[in-house]
Amino acid sequence: MQDLLNLFVRSIFVENMVFAFFLGMCSYLAVSKTVKTAMGLGLAVIFVLVITVPVDWLLNEYILKKGALEWLIGAKALDVDLSFLSFIMFIAVIASMVQLVEMIVEKFAPALYSSLGIFLPLIAVNCAILGGSLFMQERELASVGEATVYGLGSGIGWLIAIIGIAAIREKIRYSNVPAPLRGLGITFIATGIMGIAFMTFMGIKL
Amino acid sequence: MSKNSKLLSGPINLNNPITVQVLGICSALAVTVKLEPAIVMSVSVLFVMAFANVIISLLRNTIPSRIRIIVQLVIIAALVILVDQVLKAYLYDVSKQLSVFVGLIITNCIIMGRLEAFALGNKPYASFLDGVGNGAGYAVIMIIIAAVRELFGAGTLTLPGLGELQIIPQGFYDFGYQNNGLMILPPMALIVVGVIIWVQRARTRELIEEN
Repeated sequence: MQDLLNLFVRSIFVENMVFAFFLGMCSYLAVSKTVKTAMGLGLAVIFVLVITVPVDWLLNEYILKKGALEWLIGAKALDVDLSFLSFIMFIAVIASMVQLVEMIVEKFAPALYSSLGIFLPLIAVNCAILGGSLFMQERELASVGEATVYGLGSGIGWLIAIIGIAAIREKIRYSNVPAPLRGLGITFIATGIMGIAFMTFMGIKL
Repeated sequence: MSKNSKLLSGPINLNNPITVQVLGICSALAVTVKLEPAIVMSVSVLFVMAFANVIISLLRNTIPSRIRIIVQLVIIAALVILVDQVLKAYLYDVSKQLSVFVGLIITNCIIMGRLEAFALGNKPYASFLDGVGNGAGYAVIMIIIAAVRELFGAGTLTLPGLGELQIIPQGFYDFGYQNNGLMILPPMALIVVGVIIWVQRARTRELIEEN
């Protein structure tokens, strides 16, 4: 239980997807003009992460890992290593989950659906999602529960980051930024400063 | 300027994938602590982008538009698996440093963005040039970021084949010069990109945004 809690806190603050690994930056920069759309996209990302990371964990554990096929074909599976296929398997899971989210959002929140526009299908190519699965594989998380907690934590971390920058951008409109720095430039620098602030969490020993 | 050379030179400045189109930021920031992984990553992206562009362009009249995203992802993923296996075989140390970021080329939005915006509507040769041009535009920014970060963060430059070269002379350190450790940490990558955008837009005024 304590392990799970540690993993949860660590994936939100210490190993924040945006500030520590720069994952999902494209949609982070493009959809952070207002807090409302940022919130919608953040929730969609959490949803997709919570489902895809454990599903990909199961795929990795029972199909892709070296010797993982033992449950199916017995001892001769010990030499079979399908991990080179993991990119294509993971991306297929993600693409189908995103399709599902798109249908749900269109049905139950049409206003949000139209405000997110092209960025909803683009969650499929949001590197935070594939990154979540690849980090899960690289760190060899021990159980499906850990994978779920890791997905949830990373998603919440991403949501905090995008809401933070959206709030800053709403206010920055009223300040006098040097012309060449307006828009993209100042957003980068603000993200960098937020990143420095988030680095203070590295001191937490978990 | 002829149309083909415009395809190659446009993305390097006026239409740069990172600073103007805002695509492919993640990997640009994450693998730029040292110069060598940045160069290897740039070459991998350039390769995947050029060939994915050609393949999609050849298939453009046969792909139904409803399933085009999946088709594109499968083609990109296949090319990335190829690159990943080659790197593991010949440049194992660099592939370890790049860790998950080779896999993340699949979701690098530059590639998807160019396929959607260019390859689906143009002939294979033009698409190939577009891929190479955008790959080069991406590489230029990556190499600038990595060179700045490594030079000021560690005082060295790591080039493929040459290993780590000490650029800042030992004499400076004897006088009390110190490496700026902050440069190596992730947030500085963002600030370096912010400064590159600042410089670029100050030189090319038409790129300035409203607010």
